[in-house]
Amino acid sequence: MTQVTPQPTAIAGMTGRAATIVLIVLALAAALPLVLSNYQVGLATEMLIFGVLAMSIDILAGFAGRTSLGHGAIFGVAGYVVVYASAQAGLPPAVAFLLGMIAATLVAVIFGLLAVRTSGVYFLLLTLALGMIVWGICLRWTQVTGGENGMRGDVRPAFLVSHRAFYWAVLAAVTVVSYAMWRFVRSPFGLTLLGIRDSESRMRSLGYNVSLHLFVGFTVSGFFAGIAGALYAMFNNFVSPSTVALAQSVEGVLMMIAGGVGTLFGGFVGAAAIIALENVVSAYTERWQMVLGVTFILIMIFAPEGIIGTLRAILTRKGR
Amino acid sequence: MDRRKFLKSSTAALTAASTGSAPWRRAFAQAGPIKIGLLAPLTGVVASGGKEMVEGVQFYLDQTKSEIAGRKVELVIEDDASNPDTALQKARRLVEQGNCHMLIGDLLANTGLAVANYVKGTGTPYFIPIIAADDLTQRQRIKNVIRVAGYSASAFTHPFGDWARKQGYKKIATISQDYTFGHEQCGGFAQVFTEGGGEIVQQFWHPLNTADFSPYLGQLADLKVDAIFAMETGADATRFIRQYASFGLKGKIPLLGAMNATDQSVIRTLGEECDGIIAAAHFAEGSDNPVTQKFTREYEAKYGKIPSLYGFSMYSGIMWVAAAVEKLGGKVEDRELLIDTVLKTELTGSPLGKTVRLDSYGNPIYDVYIRKVVKRADGKYWNVPITSYPNVSQFWTYDPETYMKQPPYSRTFQGIKKT
Repeated sequence: MTQVTPQPTAIAGMTGRAATIVLIVLALAAALPLVLSNYQVGLATEMLIFGVLAMSIDILAGFAGRTSLGHGAIFGVAGYVVVYASAQAGLPPAVAFLLGMIAATLVAVIFGLLAVRTSGVYFLLLTLALGMIVWGICLRWTQVTGGENGMRGDVRPAFLVSHRAFYWAVLAAVTVVSYAMWRFVRSPFGLTLLGIRDSESRMRSLGYNVSLHLFVGFTVSGFFAGIAGALYAMFNNFVSPSTVALAQSVEGVLMMIAGGVGTLFGGFVGAAAIIALENVVSAYTERWQMVLGVTFILIMIFAPEGIIGTLRAILTRKGR
Repeated sequence: MDRRKFLKSSTAALTAASTGSAPWRRAFAQAGPIKIGLLAPLTGVVASGGKEMVEGVQFYLDQTKSEIAGRKVELVIEDDASNPDTALQKARRLVEQGNCHMLIGDLLANTGLAVANYVKGTGTPYFIPIIAADDLTQRQRIKNVIRVAGYSASAFTHPFGDWARKQGYKKIATISQDYTFGHEQCGGFAQVFTEGGGEIVQQFWHPLNTADFSPYLGQLADLKVDAIFAMETGADATRFIRQYASFGLKGKIPLLGAMNATDQSVIRTLGEECDGIIAAAHFAEGSDNPVTQKFTREYEAKYGKIPSLYGFSMYSGIMWVAAAVEKLGGKVEDRELLIDTVLKTELTGSPLGKTVRLDSYGNPIYDVYIRKVVKRADGKYWNVPITSYPNVSQFWTYDPETYMKQPPYSRTFQGIKKT
């Protein structure tokens, strides 16, 4: 993160102002556990993890114009592999984590190979179907996955058992991952994805291999979703078919939309908003899902670009 | 002396000091309310059962004016949404934010297992009157997870297999929902039945939420079996029993059910189709035991329905915990002591009408009824005991050690004796 580019005003590819903002946000995030209760630290950890999932979906949706409903499955596969590797196979946590990431990437490769041929609603349906296959396997392959009951184990290494330590570890990992994602979407490769989103035929006539770009984009996005999934497995010490279910993918997509499609960091805002809402509202009413639904409708009507997208629009209007 | 050791020894010293000075201890014990975290699926696929769970607990607390051992009880209810991830999150909230002294509840095995894995780390007492997953009180036992007033899945189908054999049934086919709870109940039945000389002709496993049973019923009808054992819950049970009757099998091939197949939550909505189905369970709402009758009558008067397994189990479960807390003089802060006391406490005065104790694995030992669904005078159906097996252990007649060496029941291991 401290890689300094030759220009004095640019730090790690960011302008001086952006870098300052990032540093302040990071400092605030790192200080959170000092003021929050244990349970709230747990929630904050979850927000960070789901933020990464939402961002990984945003790489495809916001920058390549393809909304995936299969990322929950990729996320969950990483979780399954991490728990299996550490609880059943007895491997050390670091190895389990690595295997989880690799497994998720492999699944993303398969998904990518099949899905990049399509776009629009067909892409949505195909990724949905692929996700359902993974869910089906996790549910039915009882000997390995534990079926409906899932798998449990003590996945977290001893020094990360406390909520605070784990939060800081996740924060560090998420910072690195977010930076990588941000660099990725701003790289020439990321710009090519943007071009594909805007006009596939133009990019093709300019000589770009559209399918290959989408395939690589999908794999990279799946890799990031896998990191989130592996972190989530460590957070819960537990994994079950509901982690790979369609609802998980949908939740990721909703977080991304709530934060703002194509804003990348909106993922964190969306994840924070939804997880906070879920937990606050459910304390008051068992109809919390209804409240959540209404909130989404309101977001769609009044802030169709998501929370970050709308804020950005307001700020630029004021700036003029 | 490192920090942990210091903490341990100083707590021990403090505890010793506090037992020495009883008045001080009492004052401390009555400091605040006893906080009980109740986890129940109020939304999601099993929401109706979840509501009855809450009713069961509230029914008990209403009767005792929300007081245990002179301390007020504060009940914190959280919705686990029938989802293990949510259950885990809510359990964290109850323990870490709500500072609950204990947790009770959850319905689906996967939610219970997720929470059990969590409390293994925190040491919070967790009571599971509904979660039936065998291994929670067998191979993967966690000491602070206790099945007060609950049952392990295969505990009742063991005697049921024995009973079926004694009826002279030689060939039986089973049909079950394809998940762990089903595998365990069928396994218990199949093992005892085949070891008694019976034959399991075929086993059908269908996915949860099967709308149409005709492919299975068609095959079952052709098998020429003496009886059929059906392990169904919820809406699947309702549909299966209806379609069994409309297929013309009712009255032709005797239907044996897992206890949840003829639970009130299922047969409440059924008519004549459910008449005569036999199931094995610890609780029979139609029992002539005066205590059971009183409970059923009062529950029905209050909630307008005959109590189901969910209402009964949660009612008895919280009663069991309350009895232990009374013994402790309300001192729920000492978790180790609470757990040990619950394990030693016997449940008296529950709707079962007899005393129940826990085995050394934290699972209750019941008298198991073989019960039959019959029509009550007012036209509603309920379960009436026809015979009973006294003091049934979750290990049936097997030695616990040997029993736990065999693999847990699954689709591939049903304990069927090879001939």
